[in-house]
Amino acid sequence: MQWETVIGLEIHVQLATNTKIFSGAATAFGAAPNTQACAVDLGLPGILPVVNEEAINMAIKFGLGIDAEINKVNVFERKNYFYPDLPKGYQTTQLEKPIVGAGHVDITLADGSTKSIRIHHAHLEEDAGKSLHEGSFNGEHGMSGIDLNRAGTPLIEIVTEPDIRNAEEAVAFAKKLHSIVTTLGICDGDMSQGSMRFDVNVSVRPTGQKAFGTRTETKNLNSFKFMEAAILKEVERQIDLIEDGGTVIQETRLYNGDTGEARSMRSKEEANDYRYFPCPDLLPIIINDSRLEKLKAEMPEMPDAKKARFIADFDLSDYDAEILSADQATANYFEATVRASDDAKLSANWIMGELSRSLNQNSIAISASPVTADMLGGLIKRIKDNTISGKIAKEVFEVLWQGECSTADAVIEKKGLKQVTDTGAIEAMINEVLANNAQQVENYRAAEKDKRSKMIGFFVGQCMKASKGKANPGMVNQILKQKLDG
Amino acid sequence: MAIDASGVKKVAKLARLSIDDAAVEVTAATISSILELVDSMQAVDTQGVEPLAHPLDAIQRLRPDQVTEENQRAQLQSCAPAVEEGLFLVPRVIE
Repeated sequence: MQWETVIGLEIHVQLATNTKIFSGAATAFGAAPNTQACAVDLGLPGILPVVNEEAINMAIKFGLGIDAEINKVNVFERKNYFYPDLPKGYQTTQLEKPIVGAGHVDITLADGSTKSIRIHHAHLEEDAGKSLHEGSFNGEHGMSGIDLNRAGTPLIEIVTEPDIRNAEEAVAFAKKLHSIVTTLGICDGDMSQGSMRFDVNVSVRPTGQKAFGTRTETKNLNSFKFMEAAILKEVERQIDLIEDGGTVIQETRLYNGDTGEARSMRSKEEANDYRYFPCPDLLPIIINDSRLEKLKAEMPEMPDAKKARFIADFDLSDYDAEILSADQATANYFEATVRASDDAKLSANWIMGELSRSLNQNSIAISASPVTADMLGGLIKRIKDNTISGKIAKEVFEVLWQGECSTADAVIEKKGLKQVTDTGAIEAMINEVLANNAQQVENYRAAEKDKRSKMIGFFVGQCMKASKGKANPGMVNQILKQKLDG
Repeated sequence: MAIDASGVKKVAKLARLSIDDAAVEVTAATISSILELVDSMQAVDTQGVEPLAHPLDAIQRLRPDQVTEENQRAQLQSCAPAVEEGLFLVPRVIE
């Protein structure tokens, strides 16, 4: 039987505010446990939450960025459950009246086609704290440690319609969403620190069937790779299960990215009943037109618009433009490199080639690249004006990467890498190569004309070797031809 | 609408309240009488009335995104039954 996969995602995006959503405690990552958890975050008696204006603004910007309606009256509610990392006994979130209504995110697939994924809504809420199970307290006393620094960190939870049909689309969507929130500057996008977390709802149904199959939810996936692997594994599990005569039960599952194993979470004795109700401590949030207009005016160029501009202004391919516009830091780096080098195509090639390879190998973000856009631009300039060949340029890049020099010109000067363009010097070198390879010269001259173009490669190689790569390859080729074909 | 003994036990469990078996029946009767009051309010025609999110006719004030809370861990943890390495300790929870 042919099966169709149906996927819906819920994504938690940590907003890049300085402080918590309901308190003035800092949200900086990596602080010592509980040093950024104030009385409000701890849920001590007598506290009163006050909403962070910036969290509201960021949620609105997200809504504007996905063409969504902004609900001008939105309401915080209490979602009641007990867990040690939620000391208040409820999470303050939104249910009936979320801040962001229906919108859409358009994705581009590997075959170049595009697809629009509908967003059901996005709401504001607070994060919970963290439970730690590893520590001296664990073995000795059988205790868990609670760090409430993260409690109260503002999140937007984005809920898609079940429009996604396979893992590839899910990953394309996740990457696009990452690109949108980082471009908007509302999230640092650092997945390794949990800034974006994905819950994946997966079901399968026979191709052509209208009704959805029973879905499972795999929670808290924090990388694109894990999400893709978790989906593939879950789809396979469900199909195997049904084909073996079983039925999928609605459950929450966990996927361990490190081991690649998935399992059912212990099913709860009693189904959760969150008993939502409007939070009496918080009045409805009213978004007036002046706030909306002000935020609209502050909106940056979104990835889709940026991509279109890169294609129009810089004559980039669709593929190159997609990659270079995907996140703000890469796009900024690219544009700065073009300004410095005045060559968009070479800039694109170097950023997607040598630079991204080096960044990936060393796990460095482009914003922290040791080779700055100006340095790379300067290097590309010297390729363009024939000071160095593309091959030598890679050597220069490596030296810049190591931090030995701060400009390409300094490297070229210091290492004596300037390309030889002096006709006399190249001729002398060629004469020497030809003299040392008399037999090959004879073979060449005896060969048919159409075979010669291949054979000349040998001489070019010898000449480049003799010049340690510094001879201008175009000139070598030209002079060689003259001498050999003479 | 009324709530019976099993309903009371379930709600008590969700709310982490301990109720003596002896008190269950009385509690069920008390809560049921509150629900009866709700029932009589349900009879009111609310067609076209916007649901009320908050009884105060006011707008939520917003706070500038500036850090105002300093680290007060020592003081805030002074009332905790067990702490270690800056963490609050609780009976082991693992999913």
